[in-house]
Amino acid sequence: MNRFLSSRNLGGWLLVAPLVAVLAVFLVLPIVMIVIVSFWQTTEFSIVPAFDLANYEFLFGSSVTYDVFLNTFRYAAITWALTLGIGFTVSWFLAFHVRSPTTQIALALLCTVPFWTSNIIRMISWVPFLGRNGLANQGLLSMGVIEQPLEWLLFSDFSVILAFVHLNTVFMIIPILNSMMRIDRSLIEAARDAGASPFQIMTNVVIPLCKPGIMIGSIFVLTLVMGDFITVRFMSGSQSANVGRLISNDVGLLQYPSASATSVVLLLTVLLVVAMMLRLVDIRKEL
Amino acid sequence: MKGAWVRGIRGKNDLELVSLTKRYGDTVAVDGINHLFAPESYVCLLGPSGCGKSSTLRMIAGHETVSDGAIILDGQDISGLPPARRGTAMMFQNYALFPHVSALDNVAFSLKMKGIAKADRQARAMKLLDLVDMTHLAARLPAQLSGGQQQRVALARALITEPSVLLLDEPLSALDPFLRIRMRAELKRLQRALKITFIHVTHGQDEALALADEVVVMNNARIEQAGPARDVWGTPKTEFVARFLGGHNVLSLPSGRFSLRTDEIAFGATGHEAVVTAVEFHGAHVAVTARLAGDQELLVRTPEAAFYADPKSPGDAVRLRWDESCLHPVAP
Repeated sequence: MNRFLSSRNLGGWLLVAPLVAVLAVFLVLPIVMIVIVSFWQTTEFSIVPAFDLANYEFLFGSSVTYDVFLNTFRYAAITWALTLGIGFTVSWFLAFHVRSPTTQIALALLCTVPFWTSNIIRMISWVPFLGRNGLANQGLLSMGVIEQPLEWLLFSDFSVILAFVHLNTVFMIIPILNSMMRIDRSLIEAARDAGASPFQIMTNVVIPLCKPGIMIGSIFVLTLVMGDFITVRFMSGSQSANVGRLISNDVGLLQYPSASATSVVLLLTVLLVVAMMLRLVDIRKEL
Repeated sequence: MKGAWVRGIRGKNDLELVSLTKRYGDTVAVDGINHLFAPESYVCLLGPSGCGKSSTLRMIAGHETVSDGAIILDGQDISGLPPARRGTAMMFQNYALFPHVSALDNVAFSLKMKGIAKADRQARAMKLLDLVDMTHLAARLPAQLSGGQQQRVALARALITEPSVLLLDEPLSALDPFLRIRMRAELKRLQRALKITFIHVTHGQDEALALADEVVVMNNARIEQAGPARDVWGTPKTEFVARFLGGHNVLSLPSGRFSLRTDEIAFGATGHEAVVTAVEFHGAHVAVTARLAGDQELLVRTPEAAFYADPKSPGDAVRLRWDESCLHPVAP
């Protein structure tokens, strides 16, 4: 008994036990539940336990599904490209232009400011800014840049992407910055010594060494955007749809089996995307 | 012959520093130094940490801006040029190999930057790896190489640009003592084969003496003394050089301060009275510390056999003598 208690294995198990318990009860079990419910039958007034593929048949038979999934991918791809661009340049600035570590940390923390208030409040506060009579339009009108208020600033794909980028860029910055900070400065000098231009230093030294950070940030952003529904609902003024909204609408109509089937398909899609990305860069090797 | 890849015969690749100065804010790291390096020679910049030797090297390389003065190579002021256009190449202290590419691609890096086709640049990189006997490990990543092997790759990478001056920033400090001695022989052999100037920064005086055709001793942002290794060691001009190079005592006499080699002092029946304070066995020699009247300490290096023929212990009263011609005046 003593030997068992003092073994390293037990200590290890005790350390991970709380997380394992939480994940098992509150993540694995619900997902299993969702998979089971996705095969149930619905009538107008009841949900019947069964093993029926009707939910999936309906899902894959409807053109709406394909449009909505396509739209979800579109949002994810555009947001990913923009957050990657912004995240990379901001990290570059923080890692290679800011000299003092204190300033670096302070500025990196500044990137998290959008998280200091609730998501809903943040999105609602876009309305007086981007609306037809909002600050942006008034400013542009008074400067004479435009003659009519711009209609596409709010409740449009533009505002959805804007909110996504605003929300998710920090998830790109932090891992890329972490990778960049670990690049030995003498590598940059060695590249300069070998005649590399700043652009060549970026493509031949910095980007290859930042790959793990870029990949981790990309996984964060893609999974967050693909699973989102509230941003799309608020920022598009309920005019655009993504898979998350499809699910939330079903839930609103108490169509749990249908919502579950859509969830399962979304989950598999996201897992597939992440698996493909992991094939591109072996994070284990590069961490 | 392995050095034959160097194109043709070069002209005189004289490297000259003209009142070269580096200031960081109010601190002066390099204070207007002037020096003409002998061409095709192995030069060691020697000094304690913070003496300005690394800043000097990095200014020559182009990784540090020049606050004042000029660096002349082959008749041209290179101090405003980017590193790769200076005709210099640098080998970094921790080698700075790119961790994500193989040894071969590390060596071929500068050729890739010039846009030379893959097959061509890899063939040329292979020749350089052959020069440092590393062809068999060409496909390895830097992390899969030992310290000595990494250094060889770094050397090949610096040499592929066909520099007329190779700059080495404490190249041996990361190696264990055994490997250090082997690698320094290798460096010297390469320098002889390539017939280019090597400028090697070090704080180890034994390393400098072993390698250098010319030693440049720096202290407090200035050059204290420069010259052939044997001259600098044999006749140090300043007290600092005498103490830093070792093997010397600095004696205060009424007529001034003098350096006196530790192996030119002998025990005898006549001479200056002293008391032994410490005895250390160093293998071939024994180092005896003795205190002269007037509280000056002297280090005496005696051959081991001579010492044990008439051993001394701490506390023994002895007499020390030396030839007056062995005293060299030193500036403070």
